[in-house]
Amino acid sequence: MKTITANRLVDGDVVWLGHNGDWVEFVEAAWILNSDEDMAKALEFAKSGEDKQYVLGTYAIDLELKDGHLQPKSLKERIRAQGPTTRLDLGKQAEQHLRSA
Amino acid sequence: MYRYDEFDRDFVNQRVTQFEDQVRRRMSGELTEDEFKPLRLMNGLYLQLHAYMLRVAIPYGTLNGTQMRKLAHIARTYDRGYGHFTTRQNIQFNWPKLSDTPKILRELADVEMHAIQTSGNCIRNVTSDQFAGAAADEFADPRVYAEILRQWSSLHPEFLFLPRKFKIAITGADEDRAAVQVHDIGLQLTRNENGEVGFVVYVGGGLGRTPMVGRKVRDFLPENDLLAYSEAILRVYNRYGRRDNKYKARIKILVHETGLEELKQDIEKEFEATKDGILNLPHEEVVRINEYFAPPSFEALPKISMELEAAKRENRDLALFTSRNLNAHKAEGYTSVTISLKPIGGAPGDATADQMDVIADLAERFGYDELRVTHEQNLVLPHVKLQDVPTVFKILKANGLAEANAGLITDMIACPGLDYCALANARSIPVAQEISKRFEEVKRQNEIGDLKLKISGCINACGHHHVGHIGILGVDRKGEELYQITLGGSADQNTSIGKIIGRGFPEAEITDAVETVVDTYLANRLDEDESFIDAYRRLGDQPFKDALYGA
Repeated sequence: MKTITANRLVDGDVVWLGHNGDWVEFVEAAWILNSDEDMAKALEFAKSGEDKQYVLGTYAIDLELKDGHLQPKSLKERIRAQGPTTRLDLGKQAEQHLRSA
Repeated sequence: MYRYDEFDRDFVNQRVTQFEDQVRRRMSGELTEDEFKPLRLMNGLYLQLHAYMLRVAIPYGTLNGTQMRKLAHIARTYDRGYGHFTTRQNIQFNWPKLSDTPKILRELADVEMHAIQTSGNCIRNVTSDQFAGAAADEFADPRVYAEILRQWSSLHPEFLFLPRKFKIAITGADEDRAAVQVHDIGLQLTRNENGEVGFVVYVGGGLGRTPMVGRKVRDFLPENDLLAYSEAILRVYNRYGRRDNKYKARIKILVHETGLEELKQDIEKEFEATKDGILNLPHEEVVRINEYFAPPSFEALPKISMELEAAKRENRDLALFTSRNLNAHKAEGYTSVTISLKPIGGAPGDATADQMDVIADLAERFGYDELRVTHEQNLVLPHVKLQDVPTVFKILKANGLAEANAGLITDMIACPGLDYCALANARSIPVAQEISKRFEEVKRQNEIGDLKLKISGCINACGHHHVGHIGILGVDRKGEELYQITLGGSADQNTSIGKIIGRGFPEAEITDAVETVVDTYLANRLDEDESFIDAYRRLGDQPFKDALYGA
């Protein structure tokens, strides 16, 4: 399982590629890529996102299921997806209420 | 206090205007990220894990209350209410928006600050002793020369695209508090037998993946040759430094690969061609700049303050604070106060906007409007009357800023690590916090005494782990954070690079390992006057290895 991530140009916020080439703010909403075809299509969206100056530095990351939840496999990507482990009041983890909104 | 001149003001404002346009063109797509990246880096703007990061220059760590208050304002208005003071005596904001950065730079320019030379392959901001201009053991204010170097290096057309970044540090006291021997150029102010001021010059020091202690290239460089000689070093480096491999591009590698003698000859040859020319530094110019750093008019005060002594007798916490966080001042009745940014369990170097405001007030009310940032990630009120210390302490305490731990094990350096940094392999801050909590007990910390613990989250060594008495390097081992311990490093006048003691420890075990090292020291020291580093140098690493890994 993979997805595509990037930082948003205007504010540097961490984003992931959504299903329709949109960019989403929480990894749970990311497009999960399970095939080479999906990946090829996703990379086209990613390039388009960069070309449109919406995101920068797009790359693919590995995902895994942990306790029923989807999360990035590497610690670095988990920290990007959540926020600093020492400041739970900052980053995505502090915006939990926005996820269900 | 250093005075901005018209040249500085025009130059910085012009730079902000340029950057406004560059950001506009980036957002509109006229500039690609590849084109924009070197431009933003020239203005201190990085992209980190969660957001952009803006590194603001605090040249030689000197600032005033108005400037500190502006940093607080920026933290509050454009960031998340705090800032991180770094080992380069700078401050970093971790969450600014790209679209806000021109406004932030404009606000900084209003108080004569900027983010120039905080990034990129140029001559970076010159760093210095945090007690410069105040310390009792200093014989010349190093900031005067740091400022002269700044004026020479700012936008120096020849040195804007060096093989790699270039760092200069300077100290004016025998006790080196500026880690000069681990800089590309390290300068130690000295006098020759005729009493003339000059510099001991070290070249090729540095940390990172290939740590090296600087090599002495001059025992005495006359004051008037400072710029010509620096130019000669930079020219040799610019010409011969490697550009094929960024990991081998620092001048330390050039020194190592070329050999000291040959490189010295190259520098001297270049110097011969440069000296006595336009870069000659006339003493009158030094005198002129010196006036920019004129000390405040100190009052004639008794050497010992009866008020402070009485307050200490009544307040044990104050007594403890004064025993660790005061540094001897050149004027009688004055002291320099270290404001520790290492509260127990805190993130080293972080200060909230409210704390910055409090510190700005203290500087204005009790410190002749002067503040310093230390390379050990603390702040300093350089000129405080001893009689005012009880009040200053009271205010610091009320704002979580009175940790009496300067120079103790909990006063550690830690880089932002994997919690923020795109280069990091492991987290630093949680490790620092755990160790801090483990050694929280005041009595125990003081029993251990002077101990420099430094933590980096990757081999780039922003946390200076190589020169920690105890150094910790976080690495990534197959997806797991692992922490290597080095022992015996030091960044003072007896600089040494620490030795890796053995295999690394997982996060859950690193605090225990540090405690084992400390307990081994306590069990083996000659007496309580033998510091950790002295004991290590006498004992070698064997007792520590045995304790950590079994005999």
